Amino acid sequence: MASGLHDSSFSNPVVRWIDQRMPVFTMMQKEYGTFPTPRNFNYFWNFGALAMINLMVMIATGIFLAMNYTAHTSLAFDSVERIMRDVNYGWLIRYVHMNGASMFFIVVLVHVWRGMYYGSYKAPRELLWMLGVVIFLLMMATAFMGYVLPWGQMSFWGATVITNLFSAIPLVGDSIVTLLWGGFSVDNPTLNRFFSLHYLLPFVIAGVVFLHVAALHITGSNNPLGIEPKGPQDTLPFHPYYTVKDSVGIIVYFIVFAFLVFFSPNYLGHPDNYIPANPLVTPAHIVPEWYFLPFYAILRAVPNKLGGVLMMFGSIAILFVLPWLDRSPVRSMRFRPIARWLFLLWTVNFFVLMYCGGMPAEEPYVTISRLSTAYYFGYFLVILPLLAKIERPLPLPESIAKAVLRGGGPLPGAAVAKPMEKA
Amino acid sequence: MPVRTLKAAALAAALSLGLMAAPGAQAAEGHIEIPDTRFAFDGLFGTFDRAELQRGFQVYKEVCAACHGMRLLSYRNLRDIGLSEDQVAAVAAGYQIQDGPNDDGEMFERPGRASDRFRRPFANDAAARAANNGALPPDLSVITKARVGGADYIHALLVGYEDPPPAGVTVMEGMHYNKYFPGHQIAMAPPINSDGQVQYADGTRATVDQMSRDVSAFLTWAAEPELETRRAMGVRIILFLIILGGLTYAVKRKIWADVH
Repeated sequence: MASGLHDSSFSNPVVRWIDQRMPVFTMMQKEYGTFPTPRNFNYFWNFGALAMINLMVMIATGIFLAMNYTAHTSLAFDSVERIMRDVNYGWLIRYVHMNGASMFFIVVLVHVWRGMYYGSYKAPRELLWMLGVVIFLLMMATAFMGYVLPWGQMSFWGATVITNLFSAIPLVGDSIVTLLWGGFSVDNPTLNRFFSLHYLLPFVIAGVVFLHVAALHITGSNNPLGIEPKGPQDTLPFHPYYTVKDSVGIIVYFIVFAFLVFFSPNYLGHPDNYIPANPLVTPAHIVPEWYFLPFYAILRAVPNKLGGVLMMFGSIAILFVLPWLDRSPVRSMRFRPIARWLFLLWTVNFFVLMYCGGMPAEEPYVTISRLSTAYYFGYFLVILPLLAKIERPLPLPESIAKAVLRGGGPLPGAAVAKPMEKA
Repeated sequence: MPVRTLKAAALAAALSLGLMAAPGAQAAEGHIEIPDTRFAFDGLFGTFDRAELQRGFQVYKEVCAACHGMRLLSYRNLRDIGLSEDQVAAVAAGYQIQDGPNDDGEMFERPGRASDRFRRPFANDAAARAANNGALPPDLSVITKARVGGADYIHALLVGYEDPPPAGVTVMEGMHYNKYFPGHQIAMAPPINSDGQVQYADGTRATVDQMSRDVSAFLTWAAEPELETRRAMGVRIILFLIILGGLTYAVKRKIWADVH
């Protein structure tokens, strides 16, 4: 081997030649081939891969949409309808992109939920978790701006309401809003900059996803038991075990996705967005897309505008410090008898907020929103810190292999039953 | 196993409930129950009834088009509802379309061509308002996608006029009482108001209900001309995915067989 060349293990001469000079094949082999992965993943561990696929679908369809879209207030609505009618398979591309946004949020919400339930945010994965929260924030910004582009009634009024939130910031609020608008109301400059940013941000997301995966490959994955692999008996090579398991999940995900796109493409949308934007007519109820509803409910639960805005952003920001709010050394909720139920309650509470966010701001929804908002934050700020002190976790299994392979049967329930038997 | 399955099921149920809440929330406003009308395109596998679409187009052309434009449609699109090239050309030629400027810099009128967009009834929104007592007749290109209830709502609206209005309801000057319009006061006079208002060539009896249904079906096609292609493609793709999923799952079982 010549000095300065990478010592490649590939025998194909072309692959070897490249790999010696730039060891991408060695890297792929290490990170996606032999990468040691806990052997006990359940199907919740599909959702990271699903999110990755979803991002690629969004970028691919988005690029083709951008070829046919016109970012001008007088042309945007009609250019979208031209895509639906006159561009070859334009309806398919657009409906995939439109429903892809909803699918992306479903997938990412489950991914985040999984991280919370199995304690994936805890040391040493804090940075991995925080990068994930950054991705989530970027996704929300991207989705919001994407929704503005068809320039329907909800696009326009959603943009007006959300950008106006920044005016609550003391002193500089109004200047920030003017900057966001590119003028003194939501208008053509707003649409232009939103289009530009909507094209930019997915690539920023892709960059942060790269960091997210890079960080993951340092710490390795968490697993349903929340204990670290202790040796080769606890892990499996990523390929073929998890490539094939992810493939099963990907196809199920595509079936759900296809059902939405082909049979119910407008179900998750709002009819008002098929009415061209009209600054002189306000819709009866301005409702954001479903994935913003829980946060919208928190915003409206607070009677003070600045307070509401702070609480809304705080509801995401609090996730950044979750690794330090939850000091319990036990990761998986399977071994946390109290936290488990309070977290499942938190999950139900999240859906209650989502429901309230879609309802008009009147009783009883206001009161329910307030109670739900209190529990949303109370779980993070009171319950988790307190439980770390008072909760007595169930005994953890000695190792992944012992917990999973006992009896040799593939019964997943064994993983739960084992530690309780020991107790 | 059952505990975990139960958990997954509960999560799925909660998620779908949350998703259902969103459109449900939007439909809740006003609380007007829209009666369900049976259409050929209902359900997951429904298709358009071409004869109905053609009758619906006739109603649009002879009644609605006086005030409502459909600016996103071209005459050539009518081939989709079963009109021949010659019929489309004849429909288009029945309209005078403004074109130009010509070599002298003048705008001029010429008979319509298949490639022309549907001619708009008014030159601009102000003209439309001026001719309609201040109200703006909305463009109907995507109207069934733009209203909660879609075609059911359009049909209900067209047959939902009550004259005189129910006791105790005062209708403003120039407005009309309609059971299904949000707020119940609509500026549009009952557009389809007597049996036999149009003469159907296929012998279908042109009752108010029939004409209203036909035009609702036509407007659904206009809003979603891809509906049949979309559903047919969806069936093929989902069947393919189910088979592929079965095979993939079998491969997964085989690969994992030795490590459980």
